[in-house]
Amino acid sequence: MSTTTDSTTDTAGTADTTDAADTAAGSATDTANAGTEATPTGTGTGTATKAGPSTVPHSGVGPVRDLVDVARGEISREIFVNEEIHRRELEHLFPRAWLFVGHATQVPRPGDFFSSWMGSDPVLLTRDDKGELHVLLNSCRHRGMRVCRYDEGNTMQFTCPYHAWSYSVDGSLVHTPGDLHGVPQMKAAYDNKLKREQWGLVRCPHVRSYKGLVFANWDPDAPPFEEYVGDFHWWLDNLADAFDGTEGGTEVFRGVLKWRIKSNWKFVSENFLGDTYHGASTHASVEAVGIGPGGRGKRRHGERQDQGGFSRGRMKTSFRLGHGASDNLAYEVPYPEFAEADMDEYFKSVWQKRTERLRAQGRLLGGRGPATLFPNMSFAAGFPRSILVAHPISPTETEVWRWFLVDRDAPGFVREWLRRYYMRYAGPAGMTEQDDMENWDYATQASRGVVARRYPYNYQQGLGQELPSDLDRAVHSHHAIAGEVNARAFYRRWAEFTDALPWPELTRLAATDDRAVAGAGGGIEIGRREGDD
Amino acid sequence: MAIEQKAIERLLLEREVADFLYREADLLDERRYEDWLGMLAEDYRYSVPLRMNVRYEDVADRENTRDGEVQWFDEGKETVELRVAQLATGQHWAEEPVSRVSHLVTNVRLESAELPEAEVSCRFLVYRNRVADETDFLVGRRRDRLRRAGGDWQVVRRTLYLDQSVLMAKNLSVFV
Repeated sequence: MSTTTDSTTDTAGTADTTDAADTAAGSATDTANAGTEATPTGTGTGTATKAGPSTVPHSGVGPVRDLVDVARGEISREIFVNEEIHRRELEHLFPRAWLFVGHATQVPRPGDFFSSWMGSDPVLLTRDDKGELHVLLNSCRHRGMRVCRYDEGNTMQFTCPYHAWSYSVDGSLVHTPGDLHGVPQMKAAYDNKLKREQWGLVRCPHVRSYKGLVFANWDPDAPPFEEYVGDFHWWLDNLADAFDGTEGGTEVFRGVLKWRIKSNWKFVSENFLGDTYHGASTHASVEAVGIGPGGRGKRRHGERQDQGGFSRGRMKTSFRLGHGASDNLAYEVPYPEFAEADMDEYFKSVWQKRTERLRAQGRLLGGRGPATLFPNMSFAAGFPRSILVAHPISPTETEVWRWFLVDRDAPGFVREWLRRYYMRYAGPAGMTEQDDMENWDYATQASRGVVARRYPYNYQQGLGQELPSDLDRAVHSHHAIAGEVNARAFYRRWAEFTDALPWPELTRLAATDDRAVAGAGGGIEIGRREGDD
Repeated sequence: MAIEQKAIERLLLEREVADFLYREADLLDERRYEDWLGMLAEDYRYSVPLRMNVRYEDVADRENTRDGEVQWFDEGKETVELRVAQLATGQHWAEEPVSRVSHLVTNVRLESAELPEAEVSCRFLVYRNRVADETDFLVGRRRDRLRRAGGDWQVVRRTLYLDQSVLMAKNLSVFV
């Protein structure tokens, strides 16, 4: 376990464990830098997309797919504690997946920036003077110093503190007559021969703002964001759209909660993609005291009992693409019951607008989550409405970030009520999430033992009970607590990435979903909910 | 003589206020939460802004999150009571088994006093040891507004500036 305070550099720099063959393959097929104007350096940042599983380095660990037995519902503890597997995740998963880096409303004006992470790499989300968004590697091309160590702000350029190379907010080296900026002593040091256009900040080749949610991907071979997300976009839509159905009508509150936990990052993703099994035990104390919209003594989500309650809608949706959600897309998750009359009145009116608007468009009303977009962006579109990213630090350490969303045109009293509810619910000071971290941390720690590692975790909930879905490349389970349907799909996808299968193969494998078993309780229409019959 | 008298009065007041804050620390560390709630005014408000890395010239405007923005805590007594009730369930796993906690309150200074209210600044160091090797230090500045009520004081407003931008503890399940 790493105990350094800046162990991200630690994990990124584990060159001593890098297999020589793997590095060679990475150099030969290096594509990670192709999106920049610079010549790829081939120094092992390659994603080895052409490398098959046979080139996966061995440090006493074979292909990770041998550790993930989804047919039996058994997954080795090694994938949660092993250094070598963690290194492979950083190498083969995070630089090839679409990752959430921030919200467009965090950088509203030209020159605004927000510091974020993509796997083991620090990045900057910026907006240039044309209003375009960029994601830049936050590391100087001269000696690697972080060119920006502020969490947020507005600037004309990033100037490296080490030797003062200066970059614009779109990553290019600033060219100012007189060499006041750009490269100091351009003539004396470089004889004016340095090709500035080749030495800009490394720019992420794929950046996609989806209704304000900004995602990025380093891999030029990766499919477009929409294909990566598939029909899971319904859940993202509910997150990014206003409660009344206005498309993209949300913004984030200023202030991102950031905290360190001594847990493997996958515990976090798994928890939100379908684990409703843990609620009764983990959150017993918060259920007992009642912190939700309904007020003291009421359920923590404030569900409306006259409409069956949220738990009735908690059918699982599991995507072959690795994404998963804890609720039924077609089940109408209504606005909660509020103790305050003005809140009730407000949400009643937006709910009416929502139902009229979305039904007219033939859209579904459910799908509030919690949910996880593979691999590490989790969110809920209901109450609280929030985004969480689990940044990997080491096999047993994660930095968790949480953003809160609110309707852009919500009245002041609604904003304030939601803000306070979000804070008392989620994050390290939140009464609900505190107990999650206790479990993730001690589960990770208790799995590190030599004997413990010999015994796999159990993922047999709803095994063989996957039902056909109307959604593309997805199955359902109508069991309210069968979250392991989603977890099994997540870990299968995780193994395909981590074993360095090339993108064409990743795409081929995800094209069809053959999990649904004919006759396993019969088909189910997605509008049906548990207990309807 | 009058000046001396004023200085002595101020010294006594500062000592009285410090004593109140030390007693409060004892109640928290001894987990006498119901008694502790009695030290909080009904209009109590507790805020812990997020701290951010910003440029020198932006510190005044942007270093701390504010009203209307996300903070670690921003709540009234009602929510604090719920937190106490949660601890009392015996199923709040973040503090079950219970942690060992010491609140060190120091640098206590009377900023101003317009009785019945007084503004007090101090530094805090909250040490928590949990289960075996899990140890956290929460350190920072605190600003309290106290109000004389009955024969004692009550906390009316507490703002706490935690000296971390990324919280290095997994949670904030102890009252700081």
